[in-house]
Amino acid sequence: MDVIIPQILNGLDKGSAYALIALGLTLIFGTLGVVNFAHGALFMIGAFCSVALSKLLSVSYVTEDPTQKDFLGNPLKVETPYVESWFGPEVGGAIIDWSVPLAILFSIPIMIVVGLVMERGLIKHFYKRPHADQILVTFGLAIILQELVRGIYGANPIQTPAPDAFKGSVDFGAAFGFDPNVIIYPYWRMIYFFFSAVVIGGVFAFLQFTTFGMVVRAGMADRATVGLLGINIDRRFTIMFAIAAVVAGWAGVMYAPINAPNYHMGMDFLVLSFVVVVVGGMGSLPGAVAAGFLLGILESFASMTAVKEVLDGIDQIIIYLVAIIILLTRPRGLMGKKGVMED
Amino acid sequence: MTKTLSRRGVLKTGAVAGAGVALPTIFTASSAAAFTNEPTGSTVTLGFNVPQTGPYAEEGLDELRAQELAVQHLNGEGDGGMMNTFSSKALKGNGIMGKQVKYVTGDTQTKSDAARASAKSMIEKDGAVMINGGSSSGVAVAVQGLCQEAGVIFMAGLTHSNDTTGKDKKANGFRHFFNAYMSGAALAPVLAKEYGKDRRAYHLTADYTWGWTQQESMAAATEAMGWETVNNVLTPLASTDFSSYITPVLNSGADVLVLNHYGGNMVNSLTNAVQFGLLDKMVNGKKFEIVVPLYSELMAAGAGENVQGVIGSMNWNWQLQDEGSKAFTKSFGEKYGRPPSNSAHTCYVQTLLYADAVERAGSFNPCAVAEALEDFEFDGMGNGPTTYRGADHQCFKDVLVMRGKENPTNQYDTLEIVEVTPRAQVEYAPDHPMFAGGDLGECNPGA
Repeated sequence: MDVIIPQILNGLDKGSAYALIALGLTLIFGTLGVVNFAHGALFMIGAFCSVALSKLLSVSYVTEDPTQKDFLGNPLKVETPYVESWFGPEVGGAIIDWSVPLAILFSIPIMIVVGLVMERGLIKHFYKRPHADQILVTFGLAIILQELVRGIYGANPIQTPAPDAFKGSVDFGAAFGFDPNVIIYPYWRMIYFFFSAVVIGGVFAFLQFTTFGMVVRAGMADRATVGLLGINIDRRFTIMFAIAAVVAGWAGVMYAPINAPNYHMGMDFLVLSFVVVVVGGMGSLPGAVAAGFLLGILESFASMTAVKEVLDGIDQIIIYLVAIIILLTRPRGLMGKKGVMED
Repeated sequence: MTKTLSRRGVLKTGAVAGAGVALPTIFTASSAAAFTNEPTGSTVTLGFNVPQTGPYAEEGLDELRAQELAVQHLNGEGDGGMMNTFSSKALKGNGIMGKQVKYVTGDTQTKSDAARASAKSMIEKDGAVMINGGSSSGVAVAVQGLCQEAGVIFMAGLTHSNDTTGKDKKANGFRHFFNAYMSGAALAPVLAKEYGKDRRAYHLTADYTWGWTQQESMAAATEAMGWETVNNVLTPLASTDFSSYITPVLNSGADVLVLNHYGGNMVNSLTNAVQFGLLDKMVNGKKFEIVVPLYSELMAAGAGENVQGVIGSMNWNWQLQDEGSKAFTKSFGEKYGRPPSNSAHTCYVQTLLYADAVERAGSFNPCAVAEALEDFEFDGMGNGPTTYRGADHQCFKDVLVMRGKENPTNQYDTLEIVEVTPRAQVEYAPDHPMFAGGDLGECNPGA
């Protein structure tokens, strides 16, 4: 049990990231019918919102300290962040320390603008084109976006730590009667899981309990009829694209302390997230979430030494293996609907 | 009588005439060039093959900076850097054998096929006589093989796998950088001294050539000191999150985690291990420790505060106080405003070593250059007295044991030198089992 519980916990935070990205992908596919291969780039841009805000809050003025030398033997240039000079070391330091949670707000306008520009500027021209064209153009867009980020921030990962208050880990084992030190889980990963649950719940509630959401769901079911009622469904779908961009961005913002953001992190998640969408069922929001957590947990179990001793290399193929089995037994995925992508 | 020209007739006539015109040129070309890309004008071209895109682009950029600096120094520009401290005085600052040094660059993308393609292009289209650089053992082995076939010298950049000068060694290839065996040999005594001889180590290993040889080397060296290897888990190179590999460590009874990872893998696995609080744990009555056998300044910067207190090894570091290191750091720092990385150092030194070998050989012929490099003993390049062993084309020199700095004062102040391990401690026989299976073969001059 003390071996299984940690892997379930690990699977939950991996699954949270998969679920959040897959949720946005499914929203875009369900509303606009677009297979958006640039969605991973939105996750990456979200993570770099954390980096950007952290750097912005750390903008400093430079003074020379003659008592210390730099690597060339010149007086050391000491950087002092302006916020520390304005608000004092304690308050200023705390503001910088909390840059990741603050980036949740900071990222909203950025992700909305990026989403709208992406949809209005490029993707809308490909609505009526074959899915292969959409995949090619959005994949190309993803490469452009990641190279832009590489141009600005470089190729090296950039550490963007969680606030000091959430560093460290909780000893679940000791709390539930197991040996100490065997079931531990970092605070931030726990927060990431709960944050994901809240965002996923919020998106479902928005679609389920608001008039806007009802119209969107109606449009997803029968776009032509909703249009005939005089409702501008295209505008609502564009807004949904922006919401999906914000969801992917938030997934990235909060992921930044888990693994240092780098410019290709979007690509690392993209393919797996697409598998999650397909396994969950194209266009099915609950399916995307369920498949995200399922595959995250399975991936964690496949990394266990005991499993790898029986099937060497299983950790590299488990997600694809499960996808094949599910699609063979349930061709529309776990919760896929008839008629979606079957034309 | 009129004769009409048919299309086939014109083509035939053209082909015969073309062959007739080209024939003398082909023979002239093959008979005049004694070796591939023999420089005939007033310039000589070097090929710098580094990752300019992809995850190691920062490392590649730093290598490129150092290579540009080396070219400047060879051409008599700047302050001369390590040319002033190099024990060989064959280089005069007038290019190589009086020919001005020019260079072309290729992008390896840290992919073997892309690296071979860019090296091939530089050799065939740009006339490069030597290929230098790179940031991966897989790439180094691939490009080394290409240079052997093409008949040019390969001066490897950052490649740390035992195989580069082990089972995959080639007569046209030379490695200045240290290797996994040397890391293990340098680290094990320090680890035993710092953490004790009664330790249980759990290895996470990147599942490719470098990871395998690094793990084998570390396990052998630490077991010889009395440590026990509890487990070795291979992790896919494409892994981004290592949490599911790290949590079993806590149940294994291990009190040391050895991360045989480099680059993004190292940054993420170390970050994850610190997140899970491993460094705060007491296991078997001892403080849990993490070891990163191969450090680089850029990766340490990527891992941020997570490297604090973590021990690893390096080929060279800008904090060394010998005259060569100081000269290079000053030269590089004044030009680029930052201290050089150890991969930059190795690429700089390799470029000077190649140029020096050409001068001493009195020829650009790769076989003459190889002969000049084999068993060449030198000093003043930052690692103490060094030998380029002829048997396997591996450099033997001092190795650094490093530790992540607890209280860094600036962004470059990430690591501190724990020990300069003397060269004698990291030497091994050419037929050592970890390097067995390869054949240097014969030098290929090409042409």
